[in-house]
Amino acid sequence: MSFPWAKQYEPKQPLMRWLDEKLPLPRLVYNAVGAGYPVPRNLNYFWNFGVLAGLALTLQIVTGIVLAMHYAANAGVAFESVEQIMRDVNAGWFLRYAHANGASMFLLVVYIHIARGLYYGSYKAPREMVWLLGVVIFLLMMATAFMGYVLPWGQMSFWGAQVITGFFSAIPLVGESIRIWLLGGYAPDNAALNRFFSLHYLLPFVTAGVIILHIWALHIPGSNNPTGVDVKGEQDTVPFHPYYTAKDGFGVGVFMLVFAALIFFSPNLLGHPDNYIEANPLSTPAHIVPEWYFLPFYAILKSFTADFIIPAKLWGVLAMFGSILLLFFLPWLDSSPVRSANYRPKYRAFLIVLLFDVLLLGYVGGAEANARNVILGQIASAYYFAHFLIILPMVARSERPRPLPNSITEAVLEKHGGTSPAKTALA
Amino acid sequence: MAIVNDQLPPGEDPALLTEEVHDPRRRDFINIAAVSFAGVGAVAIVLPLINQMNPSADVLAQSTTELDVSKIAPGQAIKSSFRKQPLFVRNLTPAEIAEANAVPLSELRDPQTLAERTKAGKENWLITLGVCTHLGCVPLGAGEGENKGPFGGYFCPCHGSAYDTAARIRQGPAPTNLQVPEYAFTNDTTVLVG
Repeated sequence: MSFPWAKQYEPKQPLMRWLDEKLPLPRLVYNAVGAGYPVPRNLNYFWNFGVLAGLALTLQIVTGIVLAMHYAANAGVAFESVEQIMRDVNAGWFLRYAHANGASMFLLVVYIHIARGLYYGSYKAPREMVWLLGVVIFLLMMATAFMGYVLPWGQMSFWGAQVITGFFSAIPLVGESIRIWLLGGYAPDNAALNRFFSLHYLLPFVTAGVIILHIWALHIPGSNNPTGVDVKGEQDTVPFHPYYTAKDGFGVGVFMLVFAALIFFSPNLLGHPDNYIEANPLSTPAHIVPEWYFLPFYAILKSFTADFIIPAKLWGVLAMFGSILLLFFLPWLDSSPVRSANYRPKYRAFLIVLLFDVLLLGYVGGAEANARNVILGQIASAYYFAHFLIILPMVARSERPRPLPNSITEAVLEKHGGTSPAKTALA
Repeated sequence: MAIVNDQLPPGEDPALLTEEVHDPRRRDFINIAAVSFAGVGAVAIVLPLINQMNPSADVLAQSTTELDVSKIAPGQAIKSSFRKQPLFVRNLTPAEIAEANAVPLSELRDPQTLAERTKAGKENWLITLGVCTHLGCVPLGAGEGENKGPFGGYFCPCHGSAYDTAARIRQGPAPTNLQVPEYAFTNDTTVLVG
């Protein structure tokens, strides 16, 4: 795969040569994230976020495995075992805060990674499969994050589990049976906690597997770039190592600074105080909200208040799942052959509106459900769907894109004041 | 399925083969039978794997609750629990009963009369699950001084569903009335739920 000018792995040491013949694992790594993977020379810092997401998953797996050595998934003792991790286990507070805030960091970098894909058209041919696998990873992450949030068995854990499994009871006829089957009881209890723990441990490894497929699918056409123009020759690329390992290294440093600031200075900034109260099935907290990364979807769920053919509750649940499943169809909803929004003035404007729309949904998701916020949420939800189902296909047809550079190299040279080969040819 | 120009397996009579090529062949039949057998086996293994997720015997064993209602004065309610879910037992006042009966059924999202939701001769005892039918929060209104909402019954703080004095849904996103569990009065003051 990749380009014909990709460097070949040539082990010099006899031991590495021997290994390469028996098990070419170093060769695989060399071709995937080493000098053997040619990458467009013009990637900006938005291209850091894939590596950062991989780093975040690794940190979650490491801290998670260690936490599982101290945590007890039993409804009778789960809450105490988390408190014991916080107070008694050596460096337990650090591991738990790193894991809880690590989830936020993971979702944060993934949201930026998705936004990057939307802006630069990374979901378009020939990278549709990369995008589809990415949406699968996102769904797996959401399931994992939700189940992880249930484990401390605080009030928010319990009521989050109640509300989210309640989504399934919206399914006509079989919904309630499915909900009871998922929970292993009539309300969240020991059975639910145990299975959530089991799946919370399993799904990150499934995610890691899908990430391997995601990278595999990516390496067939190679990385997209800010111009969206295809790589035309060797002059358009540089080897991943050392060029982008260095650039990603800088990004990792910035990531770690933000992460450390969260862990050491404001570890509960993104959490809810109610989750430090043990789960009580007889008392709902006054204000149930999910973690920040689910707020936009929660706002869509809350936006359906009137029955229309099917019950409002079912509409809400369908719309919420639909808002993510919609992304599976994105490569075919946008028929514009131009990838990068830098050359698509109309699409770019609408994409910026979508960004603010999602932020507004996030605000509404966390706010009290009063009349004003319900209306705001309804408008913002409607716009979200309109963007993908109406605006995007129409813009793709009507828009007149700006002229594309002839090649990545031309765009780079022009940016730095050099003359482009095209202009030289014209002169 | 049958590919006629397959190489003839050793020991088979070519004459027999050309005469009796029918679909499926004996070999195909054995193939189908073997795969089907494995398929049935796989289903037999998957069933317990799915069924283990259903409520276990100890969870099902908690499915009856006995309550003494003698201490609940008219206008009062208690919160108990049934199958680990909150259970509201409310002693309705005559005014609340009248209010519930005054509502025309056509106005209701989930039309039910108070009589249908209570036991004959015990219309003042409204026994429901305290689980909002929207997404499962515990509505307010059973405890002393809690917000009973605009219809004087229960009010769910999560998404603003309001229930009336018969615990029927009147406003907000919840699709149905608060669920009435199966129960029976074993004597005048004792209720067996479940």
